[in-house]
Amino acid sequence: MRLTTLILILAAMTFAAYVFGRRRALAVARAGGAVRLHSLPAYYGYLAAIWSALPAVALLVAWVAFSDSFIIGRVVASLPPELRDQPAAQLGLTVNEIRNLAAGQMVDEGRGAELQVAADLYNSLRTTSSRILAGLAIAVAFAGFGLAWIRTRPALRARNHVEVVIRGVLIAASSVAILTTAGILLSVTFEAARFFSQVPLADFVFGTEWSPQTAIRADQVGSSGAFGAVPLFVGTLLISGLALLVAVPIGLMTAIYLSEYAAPGVRRAVKPILEVLAGVPTVVYGYFAALTVAPFLRGIGAELGLDVASESALGAGLVMGVMIIPFVSSLSDDVINAVPQSLRDGSYGLGATKSETIKRVLLPAALPGIVGGVLLAASRAIGETMIVVMAAGLAANLTANPLQAVTTVTVQIVTLLVGDQEFDSPKTLAAFALGLVLFVVTLVLNVIALQVVRRYREQYD
Amino acid sequence: MADAGNRSGTAPPISGGVTRARVEAGLRRRYRRERRFRLYGLASVLLGIGFLVVLFATIIGNGWSAFRQAYIRLDVTIDAAEIDPEGTRDPGVLSVANYPALLRAALLEKFPEASGRRERRELAGLLSGGAAFALRDAVLADPGIIGTTRSFWLLADDDADLYVKGRLPTGDDGEGGRLSSAQRGWLDALGADGRVELRFNRAFFTSGDSRDPEQAGIWGATKGSFFMLLVTILVAFPLGVAAAIYLEEFAPRNAWVDVIEVNINNLAAVPSIVFGLLGLAVFINFFGLPRSAPLVGGLVLALMTLPVIIIAARASIKAVPPSVREAALGVGASHVQMVFHHVLPLALPGMLTGAIIGMARALGESAPLLMIGMVAFVVEIPSGPLSPSTALPVQIYLWADSPERAFVERTSAAIMVLLAFLLVMNAAAVWLRNRFERRW
Repeated sequence: MRLTTLILILAAMTFAAYVFGRRRALAVARAGGAVRLHSLPAYYGYLAAIWSALPAVALLVAWVAFSDSFIIGRVVASLPPELRDQPAAQLGLTVNEIRNLAAGQMVDEGRGAELQVAADLYNSLRTTSSRILAGLAIAVAFAGFGLAWIRTRPALRARNHVEVVIRGVLIAASSVAILTTAGILLSVTFEAARFFSQVPLADFVFGTEWSPQTAIRADQVGSSGAFGAVPLFVGTLLISGLALLVAVPIGLMTAIYLSEYAAPGVRRAVKPILEVLAGVPTVVYGYFAALTVAPFLRGIGAELGLDVASESALGAGLVMGVMIIPFVSSLSDDVINAVPQSLRDGSYGLGATKSETIKRVLLPAALPGIVGGVLLAASRAIGETMIVVMAAGLAANLTANPLQAVTTVTVQIVTLLVGDQEFDSPKTLAAFALGLVLFVVTLVLNVIALQVVRRYREQYD
Repeated sequence: MADAGNRSGTAPPISGGVTRARVEAGLRRRYRRERRFRLYGLASVLLGIGFLVVLFATIIGNGWSAFRQAYIRLDVTIDAAEIDPEGTRDPGVLSVANYPALLRAALLEKFPEASGRRERRELAGLLSGGAAFALRDAVLADPGIIGTTRSFWLLADDDADLYVKGRLPTGDDGEGGRLSSAQRGWLDALGADGRVELRFNRAFFTSGDSRDPEQAGIWGATKGSFFMLLVTILVAFPLGVAAAIYLEEFAPRNAWVDVIEVNINNLAAVPSIVFGLLGLAVFINFFGLPRSAPLVGGLVLALMTLPVIIIAARASIKAVPPSVREAALGVGASHVQMVFHHVLPLALPGMLTGAIIGMARALGESAPLLMIGMVAFVVEIPSGPLSPSTALPVQIYLWADSPERAFVERTSAAIMVLLAFLLVMNAAAVWLRNRFERRW
């Protein structure tokens, strides 16, 4: 039986359980004469539906999660010894071939017969497994409903039971965020740990040469691979620094102008227009940077007699800066508006002009909030991927010259992971080590920034 | 700021008429500074808007021409001896017959002066590889046309298309480029004959990816994006709303809830590529879900948008006034009933607005999708959330990387389509907010 069919059947059973559970409650109440139900009849229906669906769904999930590895175990055990006793990687390939064969695809001719036996076994086990699952799940759903049917009495506190379940579901939903963080940390740390067992940590953090191409054959030239991440860190800092150099002054001045100078109508019109800059997908910025900005910069460089690389850090940094302008400006706007009017009035009362008030009173007062905003913008710039993938280079040059091509952490993660991977080569694992660095750095920046902003808010509340 | 500090710090004591003169002199300077500062502000605003205008102008300028496509009208003799020598009209034979040969013959008939292998190849190169398929489909649809000479509008090759649109760059020698002068001459002759026409580019909206720009379309990627967003909203919206309800209405104030809250705020700022790493390690390697599937993409994007939806949903729950809650409790509703019968319906429009904005962000996201194999070259239109596919922004990335000149306009056109989707989604969010938002 197909899984979707089973799920549909279970859904239908759940609905039926609701209808009959509700009827049952009404019938029980009527049979008892003037006895009143503890809860509204619908709650008895919900309870019956929960009893019927919850155990069956739990069974279904557990079965789907574990049955495949169990079946593969049985299939592998049935293989002839010369296939069974292969090293793990080879065995994995064989298992894949069996799967493909079972799915009706062609495989390599020579060993077809042996594998065909295994594939038939795999298919028959799968069919048996799905039949057992269907039978069990439907039986469990019936049993759950039967239990609810028997337990339905006027005194049953159905609403309270239902509400306990609802509460449980809500708690589970809010834990997903925690699970996500845990998942990120665990998966990235785990793979990074495997990387550091092959490449020393010191080489990674302090090494200045990055060439992750490891050889496929042992006798190939340049087979060692070098994993010194310093050029990547420098490249990331260079591009993010350029981006901030563009975004912070423009964003800050925009926020100041819009909140202190512009007429309310202008402000209402201009703010959404600038927000559009933040809503444009990053891949569009990447395309713009690669296709328009980079050749433009190269042309200007040629006019001035400078040698600008076609994938210069400057192009990527400029465009990234444009992208985070609205980010900086909306955060600064918030903090500038949070400065109490009394400070402004005091300054005007002493005869200061508007710009003097802004420069000497508002900005110092809003500084912590602005710093927090800049830190958040920095974390966004460091983690930005598409712009640099499309407009920055791949070669890991250790340079601070914005006219040359540099590469960044995110670019390398993408290049290392796009395409086929084998999960035991340091080349693939290096991406996870870089991901760990990226996650930790942005996390620290975010935590600091949120702390700074929060403390600043409390100051004027 | 620094110069202003110096001046006030070192000003000597002043008195009498001198004072007045000095203050006035200073005033002029200060007002000048004031104007200059104001100008800086205005300049930044204009700069921001200017960037936006340049961005959009570039993309529209590059992309508008991709919505039209050059077709060439050819009189093709459907030679029975070539495609159906046995005369059986068997579809099995007809579908594998040599249609390109018919097209080559038709082109040669039009331009008999083409001689030599190279020139003939160039002549055949005026038509797209898809033209032969169009001819095949026409024959299969009506085998009666075999043996006759019919006039067909056939898809032109990408470079010919660009030349017709006047967008083909000339080569370094000022001549040639990607089309030889002979090819340009033939195209000009066909054009003078009324045999070249720019038509609405249907293929762009109805077909999947292709190596030939003139046959490449965004429908496959759009459908992939659709399945992905479907998974995302089905997962993220219920989870996000449930989490928001718990945190706002039920959660006790304790350390665990604090951890959850800080965690959600931090997740909202984690780089999207890290979510891609999570998807690769957990969904693909651990759970063994297929690579390149919209299901995995949707799950990754759901985890990514979850914090956005939670934060928006919490804000809209918070906006429901306590009087509503108290009234519900006062007439005997339980806490859960109060939340689900009264607070939730009032907060729903705000939650939906947040969800749509989250979906718009997810639609434009591409970095995590690169990690989970959605960059594959997929020709087929995906049929469900498990079939291999790509997504609209990833398609843009793939085309932007393609060397063919004709992909430039197609990339820009795909961007225009993506931006149009985003515009519609954001407009829907704004409409929803204005229509249903209540001020208490």
